[in-house]
Amino acid sequence: METCMSIVVGILFAIGTYLILSKTLLRIILGTSIIGHGVNLLILTMGGLKKGGPPILGLQGITFTDPLPQALVLTAIVINFATTALFLVLSYRTYRVLGTDDLEQLRGYENE
Amino acid sequence: MNNLIILPVIIPIITGMVLVIFRNNIWLHRFLSLLATVLIGIVSVLLLEQIRTKGIQILCLGGWEAPFGITLVADMLAVLLVLVTAIVTFCCLCYAFSSIGAERERHYFYSFCLFLIAGVNGAFLTGDIFNMFVCFEVMLVASYVLISLGGSRIQLRESAKYILINMISSFLFLVAIAFLYSMTGTLNMADLSVRVAEAGQGGLMTAVSLLFLFVFSLKAGLFLFFWLPGSYSVPPTAIAAIFAALLTKVGIYAIIRLFSLVFYHDPGVTHLFIGILAAASMVLGAMGAVAYWDIKRIITYTVVVGVGFVLAGFASFSLVGIRGSVYYLIHDMVVKALIFLIGGTVIHLTGTGKLREMSGLIRMYPKLGWMFFIAALSVSGIPPLSGFIGKIFITEGTFQSGYYWLGGIGLITSLMVLYSVMKIFMNVFWGYTNLTEDMQKGTTRGLLLPMAILTLLTIALGLGTEGIHEYVDFAVEGLMNPNLYIDAVLGFKGQ
Repeated sequence: METCMSIVVGILFAIGTYLILSKTLLRIILGTSIIGHGVNLLILTMGGLKKGGPPILGLQGITFTDPLPQALVLTAIVINFATTALFLVLSYRTYRVLGTDDLEQLRGYENE
Repeated sequence: MNNLIILPVIIPIITGMVLVIFRNNIWLHRFLSLLATVLIGIVSVLLLEQIRTKGIQILCLGGWEAPFGITLVADMLAVLLVLVTAIVTFCCLCYAFSSIGAERERHYFYSFCLFLIAGVNGAFLTGDIFNMFVCFEVMLVASYVLISLGGSRIQLRESAKYILINMISSFLFLVAIAFLYSMTGTLNMADLSVRVAEAGQGGLMTAVSLLFLFVFSLKAGLFLFFWLPGSYSVPPTAIAAIFAALLTKVGIYAIIRLFSLVFYHDPGVTHLFIGILAAASMVLGAMGAVAYWDIKRIITYTVVVGVGFVLAGFASFSLVGIRGSVYYLIHDMVVKALIFLIGGTVIHLTGTGKLREMSGLIRMYPKLGWMFFIAALSVSGIPPLSGFIGKIFITEGTFQSGYYWLGGIGLITSLMVLYSVMKIFMNVFWGYTNLTEDMQKGTTRGLLLPMAILTLLTIALGLGTEGIHEYVDFAVEGLMNPNLYIDAVLGFKGQ
């Protein structure tokens, strides 16, 4: 199960990296978002995937799941959501003000 | 348990949120944000005294005991940095009053500054690696807003890159945390230290530590500083000064904390690697500072040199070298804020950043000129100013550990930095005055006081080294001896 998940994480990272390497700002944001999902999946996988009961102490005889990776993922998702939203708004504003979302045209110091 | 520790984090958050409600009352914004920094300063002085008399203070949030809940740990290094953060922010806010402009003030500039400070203080004080990630994000989201606040063309262009770089490094931070958790099963830094020591720092653990080093190098501008000159030269002066003084230092602090507390078993690989990166960033930063003829570019490159220097001392991993790093870290926060404020003022007065278009400013602004002179000497480490003591200890430390090349590169780059700041001084302040009364773009009214405070501070830190000597030694002792930290956090369970 962990091996399978690791491959999925790898695929997500590959797609995200490919998108980030493109020139359009929107594609780059989608790429960061996909890498974010890959990271979340990685955190869950690293906690160990096992069939178990709920993460509650005091239940005897049942293996219980490690609750910590879930708490971490929850926090990571919220932060990822906030930064992605901010990035989207900023890139829209960049497009409106600069008239382009092509990173090739956003380089150099000539607009100073 | 000591409830004071949470105050440097929640004072700015609560004040920032209150300020959002009173949007149109700018004077209230100014007063409350200054008050918040003063309160943080007072709290950190109190904490310093408690740590000096009673040792490292901890706070288990929500009453959850150390390895399970989030622990805040106030050791000497963290609280010293919190204190300097409060002082530097105070001065930058004072500078912002008469320079940032009503438009930015009304769009929550002070709130975001305070959120940034909350993130910085949280990252200094936390004892939990995931909580450190969260504090980094609080700090970074505030910095994303501050760097793009105002929305001028160049700001928008640079902020897109800045956000992208930092998002990617945050993802890698999470990846590193995930690997570390899968290997050790804990996130508390004291507990991590114990478990890494038990299991031994094998090849896999060293690989994870290098992933952490990569993440923090990106944030600190250690070798991976390609984003830094662009991002730090676009926001208004007060914001750029806060960034230069604080943001890279959080990355440096994280490197020092992790590689002195958790990953200290294999210095032949990790610390040597830090040393190589430090040498590279000193050389490249100094080359940038020498090559450019634009005042903002030159001073942003001196930030990179400063980062390299602090970590060169740390890489030597000797008592003297780390003592030098702590002195230099404190000095660097103060003097980088100062030199950014002065550089921004010069651009504000003349309307240009190009050295060749300026001349003879010292006739009209003698105070500004002499403050820049002092700051320039301090940046390059001339005695008796504050940079000297750090440089001498760092150099001694690298020589003691046998890294002669590292100490040598540090000394040579110091000369290059001296040349580049003197280049600014001679071109901008000396020579014939080509600036007449009607040509100047602004005044220094209200701008001199914060710079004077920082100048006095850099002189005082240089002359009064003996005064903070005891605190710095305490901090160094904590860094060289991880057991002090572990015992304070885990109590008897750690032994």
